[in-house]
Amino acid sequence: MRVGVTVFPGSNCDRDALHAVKLMGAEPVELWHADADLKGSDAVIVPGGFSYGDYLRPGAIARFAKVMAPLEEFAREGGPVLGVCNGFQVLCEAHLLPGALLQNTHLRFACDRVRVRVETADTPWTAACERGEELVLPVAHNEGNYFADAETLARLEDEGRVVLRYLENPNGSMNDIAGVCNEARNVVGVMPHPERVSDSALGSDEGLKILRSVLAGATV
Amino acid sequence: MNIQETYSVLGLSDFEYDRILELLGRVPNFLELSLFSVMWSEHCGYKNSRPLLSRFPNEGPRVLQGPGENAGVVEVGDGWALAFKVESHNHPSAVEPYEGAATGVGGIIRDILAMGARPVALLDALRFGPLDDERNRYLFREVVRGIGGYGNAVGVPTVGGEVEFSEAYSGNPLVNAMCVGLIRMENLMRSRATGEGNLVVLLGSKTGRDGIHGATFASGELTEESESRRSNVQVGDPFAEKMLIECCLKLLEEDLLVSLQDLGAAGITSSASEMAASGGVGIDIEVEKIPRRESGMEPFEAMISESQERMLAVVEPGDEEKVLAFAQRYGIGGTVVGRVAGHGDLRVIENGEIVGSVPAEYLADAPVYEREIVRPEYLAEVQKLDLETIPEPDDYNEVLLKMLAHPNLRSRRTIFGQYDHEVGTNTVVRPGADAAVMRIKGTKRGFAMTTDGRGRHCYLDPRGGGAATVAEAYRNLSCVGAEPVAITNCLNFGNPEKREGYYQLAECIEGMSEACEDLATPVVSGNVSLYNETARGPIYPTPVVGMVGVLEDVTCHATPAFKREGDMVVVLTGTMRPTGESPLAGSEYLEIVHGRVAGVPPKPDLAAEKRASDLVRSMVRSGLIDTAHDLSGGGELVALAEMALSDGIGLEYSVPEIEFMSGHGRLLENLLGEKGAGFIIAFPEERWDEVQDALSDFAYDNIGYTGGERFELEGLIDLGMEELREAYERDLFGVPGEVLGGSEAVG
Repeated sequence: MRVGVTVFPGSNCDRDALHAVKLMGAEPVELWHADADLKGSDAVIVPGGFSYGDYLRPGAIARFAKVMAPLEEFAREGGPVLGVCNGFQVLCEAHLLPGALLQNTHLRFACDRVRVRVETADTPWTAACERGEELVLPVAHNEGNYFADAETLARLEDEGRVVLRYLENPNGSMNDIAGVCNEARNVVGVMPHPERVSDSALGSDEGLKILRSVLAGATV
Repeated sequence: MNIQETYSVLGLSDFEYDRILELLGRVPNFLELSLFSVMWSEHCGYKNSRPLLSRFPNEGPRVLQGPGENAGVVEVGDGWALAFKVESHNHPSAVEPYEGAATGVGGIIRDILAMGARPVALLDALRFGPLDDERNRYLFREVVRGIGGYGNAVGVPTVGGEVEFSEAYSGNPLVNAMCVGLIRMENLMRSRATGEGNLVVLLGSKTGRDGIHGATFASGELTEESESRRSNVQVGDPFAEKMLIECCLKLLEEDLLVSLQDLGAAGITSSASEMAASGGVGIDIEVEKIPRRESGMEPFEAMISESQERMLAVVEPGDEEKVLAFAQRYGIGGTVVGRVAGHGDLRVIENGEIVGSVPAEYLADAPVYEREIVRPEYLAEVQKLDLETIPEPDDYNEVLLKMLAHPNLRSRRTIFGQYDHEVGTNTVVRPGADAAVMRIKGTKRGFAMTTDGRGRHCYLDPRGGGAATVAEAYRNLSCVGAEPVAITNCLNFGNPEKREGYYQLAECIEGMSEACEDLATPVVSGNVSLYNETARGPIYPTPVVGMVGVLEDVTCHATPAFKREGDMVVVLTGTMRPTGESPLAGSEYLEIVHGRVAGVPPKPDLAAEKRASDLVRSMVRSGLIDTAHDLSGGGELVALAEMALSDGIGLEYSVPEIEFMSGHGRLLENLLGEKGAGFIIAFPEERWDEVQDALSDFAYDNIGYTGGERFELEGLIDLGMEELREAYERDLFGVPGEVLGGSEAVG
């Protein structure tokens, strides 16, 4: 399986994601922002960082990068896409996911380990998890405060599209939301970084549960 | 303005101006005078410190590059090397804390990049005035935001550092940033320009008027007018830096660069003249080709601007198109601005006309001032300490809570939480331990790093404090299981033209050098920040040591946290030479509880430091122990509390001698004194025999067991972990005294 990782100017978790793809047992493929080509990827990760310096608004400029056109088409056709941190922000800006990520309510960057609960195993990125399972994942963001209007929020909850929920909310997110998916469930955005806990040499490989899901769950 | 007024404004003395006349054999024009002004500032030219710096030992078996380059480099093994350096950004941070700190981080990253290494870790040593003052809180908050704002975006994890608060730093904070880079030994880059006719390429951002005369500004005392010099402070753009890093690493990988140099203090002038001087060549800069951010800039402004996120590269003719194409791919500027010449001058050419020309070696050779080292009078006064005035406390519970809540000892979580310390997925031991540990992907190896500074100690006893600073770093690395290899340092001192400042500088350097020799950790890079004075006087003399070490097997490391219930806890007491000095002298206890900074702290016993550290390291490396912490600020009691608080496992401490020791001041000295050469270790009880074998004849106290929800010292302290946590975990950014909902307000 080929897993593409987009590289925007200012992405800084791209190399970590490529490394984690190797550890999950897939073939990593670098997707340069200026090339409108997914290079035959079977799944795509939009990694964290500060694309275009987060200038204007996190993700606001990256959504116009050339690589986004084929990515949006891939997503519409049901291809599995995971946005992590800044990648989540990019996918929201691109309207592939509902809602927006506002500045943390305490107005500080938050780098920590947090406990989250997997709320649905019915996505290609959580298929290998149990519903209700708790994971400890790293967060590192300044704009991770998930926001959506009341109607959208109610729909997300009703349709079981909240993918991860914080057990200790680090940023003020509505309904403690740490990750959501689109209506078709193939596009998932999460603020925590599964790629940072995908190597037991660093003390935990719980993130592999999320990344490896796509190996089994690509057909969900 | 007459000529004397002109050079005075530029920070040059009469003597220095005469020297310039003598060297050139003619009157310099304003541009040339500006070049001398920045290159002969203390910041660039080390004119007051150079003779003293030569005292530092800088050779060792692992040293690949000592002082004189952009950073020091040491060998790790398996073909890998580490480039590292610490640098100050004190003056800019005093007047514009966010940008001052941010550009401090950006600047040190480029130093590492110039060696060809990928920057992989940042650490920051910070000092501020007390937090009950609003201005100090503002400086602290904005400096931390600036470090995070830049480091987080540029994608280099901030894995360590330290902070202390004292009146001595009010109005003159210290912001020292250290960067560590990883490189294959064969790819090591040097900044020496070579090859007449080679092209000089400016990479990165455009040049503006920011930071004009910044180096000169940083080489004077801070006064009320300093505020008006905010335009001397540069503005950082971490996004541009990120692209500059990736582009330069790509150019190095493609083998397209002859040499590489960062643009820091004194901008192109400093980079070009240093590259030329070390290569024994000249450089022509066609100044009109430098891409400008604003119009109407004079040649001297373009030459000494300290605009950030720029690098200077030397490229062979024929390669420039490839280089410029890569610059374009990474979205940064790339312009050929000059060439290497045979004449030996830094020559500034504007539209074909030479507007200034100075031999590069003159610029690189600032005059040197050697001064008499005279013991200042204040020492006799502050070294007085009558222990009779320090009684046994009535209530140790209260003392411990008060100390843990003090900003100097409180948890640093609210700082580290604002720094991304995991990006890069190499961080094995995260901030909060004695040292940070990182792995090298694809190998079993790792490396560790720490920064340490002991300003109060150096103030009370400059020589002893200098040695103790190095010893503390050595202990910290040993705790995590790393073999200490070498140090970088940032010498933060007051005005060297004053007797007190020069004495402190000379004595600290002597003490550090002795320790570096005895502990076999040579100095491979460094930076000097003098003139840290305000109207209220100089800062504490504060040499900051950044030490790196190597782990052959990164999985064998230790951290301070108690890990299991029922572990045995043993204190290695080190040895204390019978010098009569009390370990309470200059201690945190004395300052926090009694408000006094006095006495002569025990002189570090370097042989004992080495022996104890080497012992702990060997136990960690063999996998015998995974829990170790050194005794430092707050002594044994605070160290034990820190170990318990790390993961919330309590302690039951039972030493029958406690009662015997009390009443003679001995108990206080043992629990809260700062003796040096001491460690606390913990391990499962079934390993006790093996541990005893390892300890051999080393002095230790077997003091108790981990476990439970309480922190208990029989008959002395009995506190719930929750009470300890409440004191220790208080938000450092809150307003002291302001209580909201049971905890201090978020500032």
